Amino acid sequence: MQIRSAEFKTRATEKLGSATLFRALSNLRSRLVVGRANVIRELDNFEDIREAAKRVRDDALENLDFLLEEFERNATANGAKVHWAENSQEMNQLVLDIARKANVRKVIKSKSMLGEESGLNHFLEQGGIEVRETDLGEYIIQESGDVPSHIIGPAIHRTKEEVADLFHEKHNRPRKTDITEMTWEAREILRPHFLTADMGISGANFLVAETGTSMIVTNEGNGRMTTTLPRVHVAIAGIEKVLPTLEDVSFILRLLTRSATGQSISNYLTFTTGPKRPDDAEGPEEFHIIIVDSGRTRVLGSELREALRCIRCGACMNHCPVYQNIGGHPYGWVYPGPIGSVLTPAYVGLENAIDLPNAATMCNQCGVVCPVKIPLPDLMRKLRERQVEQKLRPWAERLGLRMWVWAAARPGVYSRGAKLAARLGRWMGGREGLIHTLPGAGAAWTRERDMPAPSGKTFLEMYAARRARRA
Amino acid sequence: MSARDNILGRIRTALGRSAPLSDKQSLAMRGKLRDHPRGPLPSMGWEPIPRFKERCVMLSSTVDEATHLGDVPSAVARYLRTRDLPQRGVCWPEFSALDWQSAGLQMAARPAMGDDKVGLSGSYCAIAETGTLMLLSGQNTHGTTSLLPDTHIAIVQTSRIVRSMEDAFDLLRKEHGHLPRQVAFVSGPSRTADIEMTLVLGIHGPYRVHIILVGS
Repeated sequence: MQIRSAEFKTRATEKLGSATLFRALSNLRSRLVVGRANVIRELDNFEDIREAAKRVRDDALENLDFLLEEFERNATANGAKVHWAENSQEMNQLVLDIARKANVRKVIKSKSMLGEESGLNHFLEQGGIEVRETDLGEYIIQESGDVPSHIIGPAIHRTKEEVADLFHEKHNRPRKTDITEMTWEAREILRPHFLTADMGISGANFLVAETGTSMIVTNEGNGRMTTTLPRVHVAIAGIEKVLPTLEDVSFILRLLTRSATGQSISNYLTFTTGPKRPDDAEGPEEFHIIIVDSGRTRVLGSELREALRCIRCGACMNHCPVYQNIGGHPYGWVYPGPIGSVLTPAYVGLENAIDLPNAATMCNQCGVVCPVKIPLPDLMRKLRERQVEQKLRPWAERLGLRMWVWAAARPGVYSRGAKLAARLGRWMGGREGLIHTLPGAGAAWTRERDMPAPSGKTFLEMYAARRARRA
Repeated sequence: MSARDNILGRIRTALGRSAPLSDKQSLAMRGKLRDHPRGPLPSMGWEPIPRFKERCVMLSSTVDEATHLGDVPSAVARYLRTRDLPQRGVCWPEFSALDWQSAGLQMAARPAMGDDKVGLSGSYCAIAETGTLMLLSGQNTHGTTSLLPDTHIAIVQTSRIVRSMEDAFDLLRKEHGHLPRQVAFVSGPSRTADIEMTLVLGIHGPYRVHIILVGS
């Protein structure tokens, strides 16, 4: 996918002004946040499960080479063909080669974030292959030439009126505005594609080393169809997706579906091990699994390793006050919200996503809800440090920080400076107690809001006065 | 160097190792793969059968009960008639010998096609914790039966209701020793909330799932 993270500030400002987006995102707070809070109460040992999930994911990363080789061995023994791709381009080429070799003309796709990373659809279409996204949200995105704004609900930023117009135009049928009717119309339109596709492409929520299995979690049933009906199935997965055993998948699923959509379980959990067996009535003749690096080994060796624990539930973005107000598009790549503010710089380069680690209030809602306890604010803080070290921030900001460090290490200077600022601030606030325009770099901050003026005394002055009164 | 070798090499470098784990080093992980220990389970202080029924209803499935397998055709006929659904469909071969004709139904023992309206399947086992069916692929257990028709009817033996997914995998390990091509856990009718987060049943899979418990 094209990287537009450098435009974060402009696009965020634009989205803040959108009334339709505000309405669309209000569903997020009322449904996903509340839904998760209600359903995690079913687990009386939720925190123990979280802690165990964190440990299992860490252990898997610590033994990643061993588990991937084990996975490959078991998948191959079951008749799957395992491929490895160092980057997006290699992965895309592998998929196209498999498709060409099997004379594939039409592909149905179950949702894959890795496919979004690599721009797989576009690449296959350039190669003359028809690609149909089948997850309803992804289908809406594909038909409207848009990009996803959420990893679970790709079309969360679209209103039903927009979808109604889109379906009316693309399906050539009378315009419907009832959401149920629109959904059923999409069912009718997509059904023939499922039945006539030559190849299915799915992602993988997890790979299971013990059995050589790839598994996906879906609600719609498109994942089951994609992995069963066409004669070729290709599963694409990042190297970090591997877990040791079926038991590990089982207990982590209790966290995943609850954190993602507030469901005790998703409708379809599909575990696929190899292609059609000799006696099987159904299933693909060929089953390929492509294991993809695409920046992950770099993260594994960095101080951001913990981000690789991510199980892609989306809870961090659902709970993020920044995401809740601007949606996913300003983040400019595949992963929005707090996890995106870490993964995007990690995968595409910090210099290409300069504002993302700063697009956070550090409230730690994301860290609190993350089912595998990724310390997202800490990771963003590390990225902020790197930005300053690598001189990626504007010179004025760096100069300001240096001056502050110089003063903060000198208590006398600091307290005199603070006194001056407190007095000056009070004077600037006038009778209202509000500063309308800050000087210097602060002007950008007050362009869209007032700053409450200080009371005129510093904390240390008030503290000293209080102690004097008590004595 | 192949992509595979490069990736594994980079993983090892990132983990601060220069070579694959020796047999001794990988002992703990090998032991884990062999023994597949469970993660922490939540408390399950409920009776499996009532819990299964309750959970099915919460997932928008409907539940009926039959004493014997022979009572299933009339239960199916009743279900289809009250909802004004077609009196014909496809079923797993293991149910083809039931007396469908007397119940006024035509059930063909074959995989489902895109235009079949009713599919009747069994279930390898069922999970009480979540109201879930565990379906295995195979020669006679067609996956399309529970996927393509608008209405999916599933026969569940009460003796085959287990508590958790962990129990279900234990049963599979004990009875089969290996995984079939596909294990599908199905929990209620297909659903989506991709338009304005409004829940709609029946996007690509069945609109309705009806469970008939046998042996209660």
